[in-house]
Amino acid sequence: MAAGILSRVTQALRGSRLVGAAFSCHGQTFSTAAAAVQPPPALSDDTAANEKILNFPLTQPDYFRLSELFTLKDLFEARIHLGHKKGCRHRLMESYLFGSRLDMDIIDLDQTAEHLQRALNFTAHVAYRGGIILFVSRRRQFSHLVEMTARECGEYAHTRYWQGGLLTNAPVQYSPGIRLPDLVVFLSTLNNVFQPHVGIRDAAKMNIPTVGIVDSNCNPSLLTYPVPGNDDTPVAMEMYCRLFKMTINRAKDKRRQMELLKGISASV
Amino acid sequence: MAASSMKGVRSLLLKYGSCRKALCVSLSKADLQLPVRQVCVSSSLWRKNLAAAGPQKYTEEFIKKQVEGFEIGKRHLANMMGEDPETFTQEDIDRSIAYLFPSGLFEKRARPAMKHPDQIFPKQTAVQWDADGRPFNFLFYTGKQSYYSLMHDVYEKVLAIERHQDKMRNKGLFTSDTKQVSLTGSRWLLKEELEEFLVENISDQDYMRFIQLMERLLSLPYCSLEEECARKFRRQLEVQSSKQEIPQLQHDSQGVAFSVADGRRKSAKASITLRDSGSGNITINGKNYLQYFPVLQNREQLMFPLHFVGMLGRFDIEGIVEGSGHSAQAGALRLAISQALLSFVSEGEVEKMRQAGLLTADPRIKERKKPGQEGARKKFTWKKR
Repeated sequence: MAAGILSRVTQALRGSRLVGAAFSCHGQTFSTAAAAVQPPPALSDDTAANEKILNFPLTQPDYFRLSELFTLKDLFEARIHLGHKKGCRHRLMESYLFGSRLDMDIIDLDQTAEHLQRALNFTAHVAYRGGIILFVSRRRQFSHLVEMTARECGEYAHTRYWQGGLLTNAPVQYSPGIRLPDLVVFLSTLNNVFQPHVGIRDAAKMNIPTVGIVDSNCNPSLLTYPVPGNDDTPVAMEMYCRLFKMTINRAKDKRRQMELLKGISASV
Repeated sequence: MAASSMKGVRSLLLKYGSCRKALCVSLSKADLQLPVRQVCVSSSLWRKNLAAAGPQKYTEEFIKKQVEGFEIGKRHLANMMGEDPETFTQEDIDRSIAYLFPSGLFEKRARPAMKHPDQIFPKQTAVQWDADGRPFNFLFYTGKQSYYSLMHDVYEKVLAIERHQDKMRNKGLFTSDTKQVSLTGSRWLLKEELEEFLVENISDQDYMRFIQLMERLLSLPYCSLEEECARKFRRQLEVQSSKQEIPQLQHDSQGVAFSVADGRRKSAKASITLRDSGSGNITINGKNYLQYFPVLQNREQLMFPLHFVGMLGRFDIEGIVEGSGHSAQAGALRLAISQALLSFVSEGEVEKMRQAGLLTADPRIKERKKPGQEGARKKFTWKKR
């Protein structure tokens, strides 16, 4: 009972647009929250159309057809399977590794493809619902690339020094009415001293879902959608940026298309 | 259990003060389903934490109201002073306020003043996001959006120049002797000026990084492509006149050349007339220099400039000096003689005199006495117990 009220209240607080975030962060409670929500009986056509626009993509496994964007061969040619040396290996990454050749870890591309598909699908759904996506990377050589990617898809980037209270103390540090990102995408989960980025922990604290490219020396825990893959080669980074940009643009275009259709059908 | 959870939810909702209307709707719907039990809770739970709100922010309507009030007040003031309200400037306002509210306070900024609200209320950046809550700038979440977007743009320009360089190299037209941006006579923006330009605070390291990036931009061969960008961040240096002012060479009725100069040392002021074709006589305050300066050191000070240029027996010196003690008066006279000599001497000699320190006024003055001490440096007797 209390859980039902709370979920309804959180829904009212966050607004219907951001329901996607509430759905995803309680990964397991997705269905229960949806079941507990009972829309009021007298619905106007407008609200019904809005509900359809928001809920219909969730019913299909690959609504945005993102599996067309990349193949296993593309991942291999972009050298995403190359990990670090055996000595740098993180204990928790062992399940994602295919093996090791001449002391160099090879990441299992089958698992990578599956994880990447899931991550891109989730990003597309968040972008479809007008969520704020923040790209984070602390690697200097790809900082400009990440910022350009964010700019081109109309989202946000943070490739600079992370101020401590950015997510956890935002109303005080910035302005009281600030809206936090609904998804944080880590194109490299380590910072300049090879420690896990503070943003992973902060996003987890603030119930913000995260997508992260984890190399063989990174810690994949606390990330909602980890994607095992290489984060050091320029080819690999360009590929990730291209994939994320295409997913976000596709999702936004789809949303605009649906709004236009709704407008046409309403006027008709 | 339901009621306690209800109360918990209520307090949670009231803390998020923003979406009150939506809250009321959902609460009333929930009320229909649950029995409401009145529970007494202290008001401290609902009191807003004012300290956490941060420094006071001025809204646009507030500033607009202040500006309207200022304009009306200006017209009233003009009518009071019997002047034309249309042509009433800020200086007139300051004058009128000083007349109507005379104040004996030493601190000028503490006196009554009437200024335009733009000068009183600090400049604030406007609201940075649209109706949906999405920020306008793509680097908003970094905290220093203007600074980082500036760095991003400048780096973009560096990359553009490097791409141009590569294109020229491919064509085989690469040359190192391209048009260079001239940096003489200008300086980089200061940190305060950059902060003013960006309307946000930056640290010293940020400023250093920015200057390093600009220097890197200007070190590339084809930097003339982005000259206007570099010029925006440079300021002209003020022209420093390091020229020595040489006193005018005058001629009296007999045709004898003479020059007049002044000198100061501590609180002694001296004025010298140097006459040419003389025999080395020195008169100070009507007395011979032997009588006026019994101490050898002071007479040596008088002689030194003439000895330095080797014109000891050539000039007649007439001097007036007042103030301070004998040593300071000698120093003041020496400076005045050196200044007067400049008109009789060549350019090279002037430079030599400047390097010898003859033309520099001695800046040393009496150090002030400090409280808790006997004098400027002397301390009271130190007692162990």
